Amino acid sequence: MNFAKATMRWIEERTGVVAFVAPLLFHHVPRNAKWWYVFGSATLMFFTIQLVTGVCLATVYAPSAAQAWESLNYIDQGVPMGWMLRALHGWSSNAMVVMMAIHMVQVFLHASYKYPRELNWITGVFLLLTTLALAFTGQVMRWDQDAYWGLGIGAAIADRIPLVGDQVRALLLGGPIIGGETLNRFFALHVFVLPGAAIALVGLHMVLIIKNGISEMPKPGAIVVPSTYRREFEERMRTDGVPFVPDAAQRDMVFCGVCLIAIVALAAVFGPFGPGGMPDPTLINTNPRPDYPFMWLFGAVSLLPPASETAIMLIAPAAGVVILLAIPFLSNSGERAPSRRPAMVLIALLTVMAIVALTWEGTTSPWSPVMDGWSSLPTPAKFTQGRTPLEMQGAVVFQYAQCRNCHELDGHGGKRGPALDEIATRLSYDQLVRQVQQGGGNMPAYGKNLDSAQTAAVVAFLATLHPDNEPDALIPGAQLPLPVGDATAR
Amino acid sequence: MTAQGNQCGCGGCGCGATKPPSSAPADARRGFMFKLGAGLLGIGGVLTSIPIVGYLVGPATKRSSNLWVDLGELSTFPSGQTRFATFLNPIRQPTDGDSAKTACWVRCIDATHFQVFAINCAHLGCPVRWFEQSKLFMCPCHGGVYYQDGSRAAGPPPRGLFEYAWKVQGTRLLIDAGRLPGLEEST
Ligand code: FES
Repeated sequence: MNFAKATMRWIEERTGVVAFVAPLLFHHVPRNAKWWYVFGSATLMFFTIQLVTGVCLATVYAPSAAQAWESLNYIDQGVPMGWMLRALHGWSSNAMVVMMAIHMVQVFLHASYKYPRELNWITGVFLLLTTLALAFTGQVMRWDQDAYWGLGIGAAIADRIPLVGDQVRALLLGGPIIGGETLNRFFALHVFVLPGAAIALVGLHMVLIIKNGISEMPKPGAIVVPSTYRREFEERMRTDGVPFVPDAAQRDMVFCGVCLIAIVALAAVFGPFGPGGMPDPTLINTNPRPDYPFMWLFGAVSLLPPASETAIMLIAPAAGVVILLAIPFLSNSGERAPSRRPAMVLIALLTVMAIVALTWEGTTSPWSPVMDGWSSLPTPAKFTQGRTPLEMQGAVVFQYAQCRNCHELDGHGGKRGPALDEIATRLSYDQLVRQVQQGGGNMPAYGKNLDSAQTAAVVAFLATLHPDNEPDALIPGAQLPLPVGDATAR
Repeated sequence: MTAQGNQCGCGGCGCGATKPPSSAPADARRGFMFKLGAGLLGIGGVLTSIPIVGYLVGPATKRSSNLWVDLGELSTFPSGQTRFATFLNPIRQPTDGDSAKTACWVRCIDATHFQVFAINCAHLGCPVRWFEQSKLFMCPCHGGVYYQDGSRAAGPPPRGLFEYAWKVQGTRLLIDAGRLPGLEEST
């Protein structure tokens, strides 16, 4: 015992480590800082897991375009526990993004970014950007078809930058094509530059947390006045605060423990993400999708009106970052309580809803044709019964000419165009002919691609598509080209 | 912290003595040394960054045009048909692996006229697929559709498919390849 104490004293005298760490552990935090405050710690925990599992993966992963994909399959199948490490790295990365998002929303709702914690928020924004960059470069590390074509999308967006697009793209890809140097560039970012930046930013974030203290739960009427805030806050902490360890830390520990076990369970049950198809760009039967943290962007890009999409794609991300950085400067004093800041609550709510909705849209992507709909989906029996040979022939043309890739029958098929189960109640025979031949409302014109016999057959089939008890569409007026739903389709 | 205020401030001597009264020549020399040090470090820094920056931005200045690649015998592209073709990218690097392979669509209008389309959608670069029956190219990402001549038919693409320059040499079809086609080629 005495020996241990003596050793401690010996070390302490030479390092000052206890004097350094003790204030960090036992500094006073607000008594009412309850479960709201656990998300930052969880983010940090998942970041730590990323560092550890990442270093482990790097011991086997081959950062070379020729071998990366094989080396991942080898980790999954040949290295003991390799699949589990990849699963942990993948699940924990998603969890880190989610926890960070929740943490950020909480800080925004409680206006914890107000004086004197403006820089806490700003380092947080940079941490968010770094984390998203890590997630994107991590997707590239998988070097499968999604990674390859995802890079293609990145390159295509870079290409649209006026004047320097070509150069930016070449910088991004490390050359004129996606190849070996591309993967190695992203590898250098993913394992050296970005983690280094993240560690530095986390350190800064922590220093600021210690310096400025953890904000109290917002109370309506408890106003932040920069000139007196710090003195009063420190006074309150002295008299009413509780030490971080154990009072606040115990909640962090419980929450982090639950999260950690949940992620280990998810990783063990669902396994690693990918790698998907091998990264051979001549295998084009692929359906590239981004990872979840970017699904909402994928959705947004798909839904943008074509006329303005370049401007929006290039300006919106920069504008978003500027707005995030500006938040603490736009309002750094006054009320913090959400009940006194209804507009801010609304903004947060709308942002979260938009991201969730876009993620959903991106996941289901109704705008994508079902590429094998024409060859793999059966013609519903009810649409073939009692039909004439010409109409039956039309049903065949309907499949053969890939109409089904974009149009549903009986709930199966593409959702890009309208479902056609009842099309004959909306379009008359003549209108159907015109729609098939001339297209319009985002449908290609089939005039040159079908001969007149095929057109006659497919229109004859389409004209039968209406419920038994509903009449055909009437003879048209001058126009009525398409149901509104399609005309406004993307 | 306050203890340091009393130290000599000479950075690392650890003497802990209070600051000696400074003499003018020593001060002047110290000022000069400081400036000299800053200058030398500055020059050294610039010298070091030239290769680093050059190394990193090098790819942006790489140019690659007029690299003719052989797509195969003319007889493999029958008249009136659109066929899938692949080639090895002429500017590949040793570490590219499969990613040096490139695909394209070759449309033979008649024996002497071709169109060679990039596989990449003009919207955001996903690989388009040709459907012989409806004579359309469809994109799996956001639903871009093109006619057989590559012109835009529907969906978000702002323009038709990108095309490679081609030429016939003897009985073989050649294209000018070497980069992922991009928007600047539209002009
Ligand atoms: S990439 Fe083809 S439609 Fe968007």
